[in-house]
Parts: sequence; structure tokens; C-alpha cells
Amino acid sequence: MNAQADTATQAGEGEYNFAYLDEQTKRMIRRAILKAIAVPGYQVPFASREMPMPYGWGTGGVQVTASILGRDDVLKVIDQGSDDTTNAVSIRAFFEKTAQVATTTRTDEATIIQTRHRIPEKALKEDQIIVYQVPIPEPLRFLEPRETETRKMHALAEYGLMHVKLYEDIARHGHIATTYAYPVKVDGRYVMDPSPTPKFDNPKMHEMDALQLFGAGREKRIYAIPPHTAVESLDFEDYPFEIQKFDRPCAICGAENVYLDEVVLDDRGGRMFVCSDTDHCEERRAAGHTGEAGGIPLKGEETAR
Amino acid sequence: MYVAVKGGEKAIRNAHRLLAHERRGDRAVPDLTLAQIVEQMALSVARVMAEGSLYDMELAALAIKQARGDLIEAIFLIRAYRTTLPRFGYSEPLDTAKMRVRRRISATYKDLPGGQLLGPTFDYTHRLLDFKLAAEGGEAPGTPELAEAAEEDMPRVTDLLGHEGLIEPDVPEGEIEDSETGDLTREPLSFPAGRDIRLQNLARGDEGFLLALGYSTQRGFGRTHPFAGEIRLGEVEVEFFAEELGFAVPLGRISVTECQMINQFQGSAKAPPQFSRGYGLVFGQGERKAMSMALVDRALRSRELGEEGGAPAQDEEFVLSHSDNVQATGFVEHLKLPHYVDFQAELALVRQMRREWEERNRKDKADAQEAAE
Amino acid sequence: MSALLEAAAPLPGLPDPVHDSQATFRTVMNALARPGQPQKLDTGDFKAPAPLSNTAAAIALSLVDYDTPVWLDSALAGSSEVRQFLRFHTGCPITADRGEASFALISDAERMPPLASFNQGTLEYPDRSTTIIAMVDRLTGPKAVTLSGPGLKTPAGFGANPLPLSFWAELATIHAQFPRGVDMLFVTKKQVAGLPRSTRIETKDR
Repeated sequence: MNAQADTATQAGEGEYNFAYLDEQTKRMIRRAILKAIAVPGYQVPFASREMPMPYGWGTGGVQVTASILGRDDVLKVIDQGSDDTTNAVSIRAFFEKTAQVATTTRTDEATIIQTRHRIPEKALKEDQIIVYQVPIPEPLRFLEPRETETRKMHALAEYGLMHVKLYEDIARHGHIATTYAYPVKVDGRYVMDPSPTPKFDNPKMHEMDALQLFGAGREKRIYAIPPHTAVESLDFEDYPFEIQKFDRPCAICGAENVYLDEVVLDDRGGRMFVCSDTDHCEERRAAGHTGEAGGIPLKGEETAR
Repeated sequence: MYVAVKGGEKAIRNAHRLLAHERRGDRAVPDLTLAQIVEQMALSVARVMAEGSLYDMELAALAIKQARGDLIEAIFLIRAYRTTLPRFGYSEPLDTAKMRVRRRISATYKDLPGGQLLGPTFDYTHRLLDFKLAAEGGEAPGTPELAEAAEEDMPRVTDLLGHEGLIEPDVPEGEIEDSETGDLTREPLSFPAGRDIRLQNLARGDEGFLLALGYSTQRGFGRTHPFAGEIRLGEVEVEFFAEELGFAVPLGRISVTECQMINQFQGSAKAPPQFSRGYGLVFGQGERKAMSMALVDRALRSRELGEEGGAPAQDEEFVLSHSDNVQATGFVEHLKLPHYVDFQAELALVRQMRREWEERNRKDKADAQEAAE
Repeated sequence: MSALLEAAAPLPGLPDPVHDSQATFRTVMNALARPGQPQKLDTGDFKAPAPLSNTAAAIALSLVDYDTPVWLDSALAGSSEVRQFLRFHTGCPITADRGEASFALISDAERMPPLASFNQGTLEYPDRSTTIIAMVDRLTGPKAVTLSGPGLKTPAGFGANPLPLSFWAELATIHAQFPRGVDMLFVTKKQVAGLPRSTRIETKDR
């Protein structure tokens, strides 16, 4: 019992391996990443570990980041496009503590960007890596819940079911009613789930200069898109893929053609639309751009409690 | 005026401080010690060890204390700790026939070698709140009479049936007894899964989930005609084969509960009529879990035994993919995370669809009016 | 055990296992993400027993362990020092069966066995395939083939020497059965270039 009590007290802070994971786990994940890169869009099964954060909260992305991360990396973590959302803060703090790496909120300063639900507005560069947190990696899951079946479909590139689903949307609604996690086809072969990013971000994945890695911890899958890889959003000739359009610019920085969050101002229908990518917004404001609600201080006041 | 939502870091820190404060509760009430939890909340400790997949009472007690008594949270803490531990290898199979038995009952025989041994059980207690326990520093219960530990090993009921060939063998014919056992903490689950992997999954699985599934088989959703052949609780030796030494060395003793269900099987062209098995094993005292596990194990063998499938408890992919409460709680609770980017996308779509719907309606109405005129 | 004691102690492994294997992995990852583009692989003072090169050994020590059976070509398999070095530092099982190898280490690339004899994975699980680490002298010189596909912005020439005459035709055939296939890492003394199965290969003489 004494020895056991010791282990309980010894495992305090600062006693973890670099980036938390043990070396054997990192090797296993690294091998999976290499295979994922070699077969773009294919979901490589891996023995996902229990992480000190809940499944569904980014454990896949965290394991991928922990396995690629080196001492000289500069890490950026975003959730909903923002560096300041609670889960992004928590994951960033996790790596600051376990790997002592430099972190940043600036998209262009980061070597690794871990994200949930968004791709930054600024085009990523050749030497950057973006790591997506993925809840349900299987794009066919909601059409066919069985892994044994979906695996066969991927093996045979049998994706008719997906097209049927999209076409049913068109028949019922007049257009495809999928707005996020919009399925893509990678390098003309595998149909892939881009993670629950809005379809607005899909075109950014196509021929991206940066390497894209996807980690699904609970579902135990890793997949990848190498740089400069064709990524097409599924569509039909007569119903081509379209992204969301906002009929106004960001109220704070005036940016157009970016994804906007709707902020409800009161209960009488008052609302404003602002950049979802907070770094992009801040950079524009620093450069002197203003929107219709201009004159807002750069360092925002704290409202969260 | 709009102010950017910032300060997540500070909010999180503060929330954690508040949590620590609430966990401790009223400072006038004495702090719980781990020993108290180990001794007096032993069944909670057992469940956390079983589903946390780590046999360590002190750590389980610590996890329960830290989790404010939330057992799934405690199981999660143990799992996250366990995964960081170095692995030296796999122990030899436990020999439960050599168990130092503290409780052993069989529902299939009135009496049997080794006898029925009631042991510490809630069975046959009247579920009346005992207000004596509410009184602080109440009198300690009287010391029970303990029999001398039996010298002889206690044969398992299934072994007795096995001698007669009335129950299927432990290891199906043609399979090697010591073939490699899978480990789903090292290899991701794939389907179809072997019985080794299924049993590991069930042993780690949520007690409530398995209880409900086991219950469903009793109510006809994948009926297995079970008899509780034997339930035994006690201590068994764990041995580790040291390659350098060339023999197995004992590592210590652990408490386990084992349940062997005996189920009917009609026989087939290949096998004569005989009973079939369902197996459950958990750390510590956990009869409900061990029994549920045995029922579900048997139900999951329906394909192998050529039975008609289709009930939830017989659906391997459904059961194994949803049994883990750490995974389940994480994904259910992840709905608390912000989803406003996706919600925005849906909001825009619903607004667009409503516009289209209203336009269509207006047009239809106008057309109808026109036709009427 | 006794055999291990009798033999001389193996050469030391990576000086800083955590960070050296991370750096080596990142180099290999970049190599596979950018097919045909040689990546610098600095192994510092690390020394591997001949005929295993420092670079090939660094990659092996970074990626291989007791979960990954490794196949060695005859020159490597013939060296008890090499076998012992790999076993000691990684614990990997050494297999004579190319079809079950997760990794293959090839010191004499000119005598590379038929690529089809390695594990190609299955259509359901293409990831269960062999990664071949081939030691070559040069990645420069005449470009034998033109590569295109994922990781390549524009088609690019590539060559490695020495390789069997039939090599490129063989590899092109294997890549045609995508997603099954093998992934290649060519290593020189200072560099590594990757050639994953997703790359499309155009031979000159076609």
C-alpha cells in the first residue's frame, strides 16, 4: 500500500514526459500519421489513449499535436475561430505545461495550429501544419451506422449512398441542406469528413500549402491531407457546391468574405455580425480597418466570468 | 455595446478554485480520508477499479474523493492515470479454481463440493434504512464468526459439468489455449471482435449499460436461458512469467468476483446438445456487474453459436461501441462546448429555407386566387 | 539472455531519445508529405553499426518497436551487431517474412527484393502495409521519373541510385493498385526522400 500511496503523490506537475504522451504511444501515433499521409483521406485506426481531458473535447487533436510537437514549435490553438474560447485556452495551457512550447494567437507566427470547427481566414503556408479535432471521422456514419459496412464502402469507393443523401436534400429543400461537416473527396479517391467546420471553409482545404492532419480520439482514427492535394466538396453538375455568403462585412473590422459570428445584442432583434477568426479581426483592426461598430478598443474588456 | 468575449483563462482558473472549494464542502465537517473510503465505500472503490481498469484501492479512493463521489468521473481519472503507466507485460491467466473464496453460491445445485458460502452480501437483508448508522460514533457491529480458510481448492461448477461433457469446453476445440490475447488499450477495436476483446470491453464497460442489456435478454430481446451456475468472490494470485527466469513469479493477490452463467444450447450438426457459457469477471466485489457481463457475453456469442441475432444485446458493434462510460460521458458532455460556428451555419440555412417556404406559399396563394378569379 | 551477455554491448542509441526521435519523425513526415523532395536529416554524433547507415538507423529507432516486425535484407540480417542493435534499442521482432513486415530495412538497394513480396495492406486496411527504408548513395543525378499527385504542387523529376533496373516499373505497378501499396523512404548519409503510394509515377521511356 505504501508504494501505491507514493505513486499517487509523486505524479505531480512537471513530471510528465515531453508533451505528456509516453514515447511508445507517440511512436504508434507517428506511424499512423505517416500511413495517413501516404493514403490521403483514409482513416487510419490507432490505439487512442485516455487523455486527461474528456473524449469529445479534442483528445484526438491533442494526441496528434503531442506526437508531432517539438521544442522549437510555436503552437496556436483555436476553437470556433477564437484563441480565447475556454476549450482552446485549456488545450493551449495543457501544452504550455507539459511541453513548455511557445504559443501564439497569430496565425502567421504558428508552426502548428490545432483547431476545432474553423480554418483560419489567412492562407496557411508551406511550413505550417493544421491539426483538426474530429468528433465523428466517418462521413458515412449517419447514413450507415456500422463500421463493418462503411469500411467496405471506402474499400470499394462505393459512395452512392452519400450522393443519394445529398440528392434527397435537393428534392426536399431545393438545395443541399448540409451546412457544416460537408463531405469532401480527397485526391479523387476517399470521401472524407472535414470535421465540423462550416462548408465556408471547405475551399481552403483544396490545394492547401500546409499539411492537414485530423485526429479523432474517441473514435480512434487519424487521417491526413498532404499539401497541394485536390479536395473537392461533393456536388452535382446542376447543383454545384456553394459556400455561405454573408450580406454584410464584419461590424468591427469591416472584413468581407470571411465567416461571421452573429452576436445577439438585445431581445428586440438587435444583432451584429463579427469575424469568427479573432486573430484575423485583430490584425485588421491593428492595421486601421474599422467596421460599422468601429471605435472599439483593441484589447477587449472581459465579459466572461 | 459589443465587447469581445475574452478572459477564458481567468474564468477557468476561477471555476477550478470554486470547484475545489465546493469539493471540500463545509470545513466544520472532517475531511474524508482515503482509508475511510477504502474501508467504508468498498463497493464504490471496486467499481472504480473495475471500470477504470486499474487494481489499486488507494488510487481509486483518491479518485472518488477528488470526483466528489461521481464514480464515472473517478473512473475517468483512473483511466487517464493508468494510460501513463509503463507496461512490463501481461500476467499469466488467473486461476479462479485456486481462489481463496469468501463467498460462493450456485443456483444450479443444492449442495456441491466446497458447499454454498454466503459471505458478505446484501441478499436476504431487508432494505430498511438503518438509523443506527446515522448516529455518529455509533457502536461498532459485532465481530462475525469466520470459518477457517479451506485448505482445499474449491472446484468450479462449470468444471463439474465439464467432467461429464455437458458444458462446452472453456476454449473451443481447435483453438490453442495460450494463443495471444488481444488488448484494446493497445489496438483499436475492429469488427468482428474475438471473445477475448469482447470480454475486455465488457469488463471495462459501464455497469448500468451492461445491467440494462443483460436485463433486456431476460425479457426476451435475445433470450439465453441463463442459470447462475456459480458466483464466487475472493482472492486470487496474480503471476507474471519472467522470461529471464524462465518461470512465473507471484506479484500479489487481488480480489475478484467471477460469474459463470450456464445457458442452454440445442446443439448443432457439429456439436452435441450441451450447455453453453457466459462469463463475467470484475475486480473487487461487483456481483451485479459480473452477472450482467456474463449475460451480455453469452448474448454476444449468438453468431458463433448459430442463433438468430438481431436483439440489441446480440449486436456486437452496438454493444462494444457504446459500453465505455468514459467515452460516452465525454461525447455527451462535449455538447457543452461552444458550437456557435456550426449553429450560425444552421441558423442561416433555416432562415433561408423559411424565406423560400414563405415565398412558395405566397406564390401558391396568389396562383390559387388567380385561378379562382 | 546469455547470448546477449556474451556479445559486446551494442552501440548507444539516439543521444536524446525524446527529442531526436521527434526531429527524425518530423523529417520523415515532411518527406512523405512532399514526395521526392529530399529533406535534410542530421544525426549528429549518433553512430550505427555497419552496414546500417546512421540515417536509416535513426529512422528505425524513432519509429520501430515491439509492435512492428522488421524485415532486414541479407547484408543487414547477416550482421549480428545490426540485429542486436535493433533488438536492444527497439525490441522489434525481426521477421524473415516480407509479407508480415511493418518496416523493411534495405542496405543494398540494388538487390531490392520484388516490391510485390512486401505487405501491401488490404482494401479495407491499406495502412497495414510495409514501409520500406532503402539506403541509397544519391538522390541527385539523372531524374529517372516524374512524380505528381498529393504533396506536389507541380510535377517534379526524381531519381535515386543505385536501384534495380526494373524498380520504377514495379513501383508504378504497385501504385496503380492504390490504396493498397508500399511506401518508400530513400535515405542517403544526410538526407531522406519519401515516395508514398499516393504519388503517380511517370517513367521516362514511356
